[in-house]
Amino acid sequence: MTGERIYKGTAGIGDAVEGEALVAHDNFSARYDLDRIEGVFSRPGHKLFGESYVGKILILNIAKGGVATAWMLREMTDRNMGPVALILNAANPIMAQGAAFANLPLIDRFDVDITSVITTGERVAVDPSCATVKVV
Amino acid sequence: MKLTEYEKAMLAGEEGPARRYAMEQIIRVGDFFGADACVEISQVHLMADPESLGEAGVEFLEGLAALPHDQRRVRVPTVTDPRGVDFEAYKRLKQTDTMAELERRAIAAFESFGVMMTDTCINYQTILPPVMGEHLAFGDTGSSIYANSVLGARTNFEGGPSALAAALTGRTAAYGFHLDARRRGTSLFETKVRPKGLTEWGALGAIVGKAMNSYWEVPVIAGIEGAPTSDEIKQFGAALASFGSTPLFHMTGITPEAPDLNAVFDNTLPPPTVINAGDIANLIRSYAPEDDTLHVVAFAGPQLSLVEMQMLSGLLEGRTLHKDVALLAATSPEIKSACDRMGLTATIEGAGGVVLSGVCFYQMYAREIGEANGWKRLMSNSAKLVNILGGYGYEPVLATMEQCIESAVQGRIVGAAS
Repeated sequence: MTGERIYKGTAGIGDAVEGEALVAHDNFSARYDLDRIEGVFSRPGHKLFGESYVGKILILNIAKGGVATAWMLREMTDRNMGPVALILNAANPIMAQGAAFANLPLIDRFDVDITSVITTGERVAVDPSCATVKVV
Repeated sequence: MKLTEYEKAMLAGEEGPARRYAMEQIIRVGDFFGADACVEISQVHLMADPESLGEAGVEFLEGLAALPHDQRRVRVPTVTDPRGVDFEAYKRLKQTDTMAELERRAIAAFESFGVMMTDTCINYQTILPPVMGEHLAFGDTGSSIYANSVLGARTNFEGGPSALAAALTGRTAAYGFHLDARRRGTSLFETKVRPKGLTEWGALGAIVGKAMNSYWEVPVIAGIEGAPTSDEIKQFGAALASFGSTPLFHMTGITPEAPDLNAVFDNTLPPPTVINAGDIANLIRSYAPEDDTLHVVAFAGPQLSLVEMQMLSGLLEGRTLHKDVALLAATSPEIKSACDRMGLTATIEGAGGVVLSGVCFYQMYAREIGEANGWKRLMSNSAKLVNILGGYGYEPVLATMEQCIESAVQGRIVGAAS
């Protein structure tokens, strides 16, 4: 065991980026879960309630909620008030459409539960072209 | 993805930068989900409220609107989901002129593309109901799940940027619920009770939706005897899609692709999850308030049909709402016009309510209007609406339309689960 931790997903969108992980096994929708003005999770009951996601590599379980996230990811990144990448066990079309429109890095469908192998505060490198997430 | 000559020409920019953007968007999403081609679509339902668009989204639209006429026009009929500002009502709701201005700019851009501003999420009831097997690009979870499930049409959730891409090209990527293989059942729910009224139909949808673990799950509901009404199955589907974020269900003996279980499952049936009356009561009770304080009653999410507006008007006839409680009912411009003509608007507003046209409560800066009006405790008969509004700082209560009206008259919550 080399100690190197690289996790391979199925597909990616966007450019390579590195940053600090913010992780929970909860699900994700920009409209349902976020106060996008303040840049914090605002849905009571979400494990990240009150946490700031701004500038973080956001690692969550699955995409939930409605269609608004497809516009909102670009609206957030344009104000520099978004996460720098989104890593999910399972994205849905809305997340992929929003990531494509915002050019926000997105990877999903790993062979492990990605929320259980990376912890909040770890520094990770995200490479959508190879669909990999590496702990650095 | 394998492209036709026409699609290749658009991607190469031969039809201008708007259609090139559109093909790039379609291909990025299609590649992500392993699509091998595009599929032609016949109509588009576009969600683009100004709260979601923000300045960035509106500037993007204005960039496309500045293109020459033949480069910016949509290629298939395209209608819009609810807007964020009702210009007749926004000052009463304490929305700002900044919100209204962003809305005006977005509308001007869409009109320049030839988009029809229907401003409704119940287009399947009021504009152009899709046909079995028709490929669509629908951009509201409620309209998508109704079109897929109740009508047998075919769409994925197409968020605004992709719905616009579909409108500009007449195409979307052929993946997900456009394909036969994705439309098979994956989980089974056996109902031991028939929901009574719109609220319970929504609660049943919420229970199934909460059990969904990904977009690709297709729940099959067995045990419902006799067809629900269009509004009942609308509430069911809207709640399922909101809680589950899934765009297709089958209901045996009721929806067109599921005459029976054998039609939607390939071999052995998955073990059923049983839903009984207690589960529906518990779902409603999970939104029970801590006390009887009430600030606002909202009927929206989905917008109300003409039949629902008539029910509401009937309940408000001869009554006067408490001065400290606001009551809002959102419907489409077409239905609002019918309500005006039939006297329903006059009855609702005569009692002290506000009929909103072309908007929906959660798509109209719900956080900001809540703060501006001092609204925190909200009551609704829509399971979808109460699901969304928790994240917007509200304490939502789920109740029947009758309980909502009685509470709005008395000025405190009465009759709801506690």
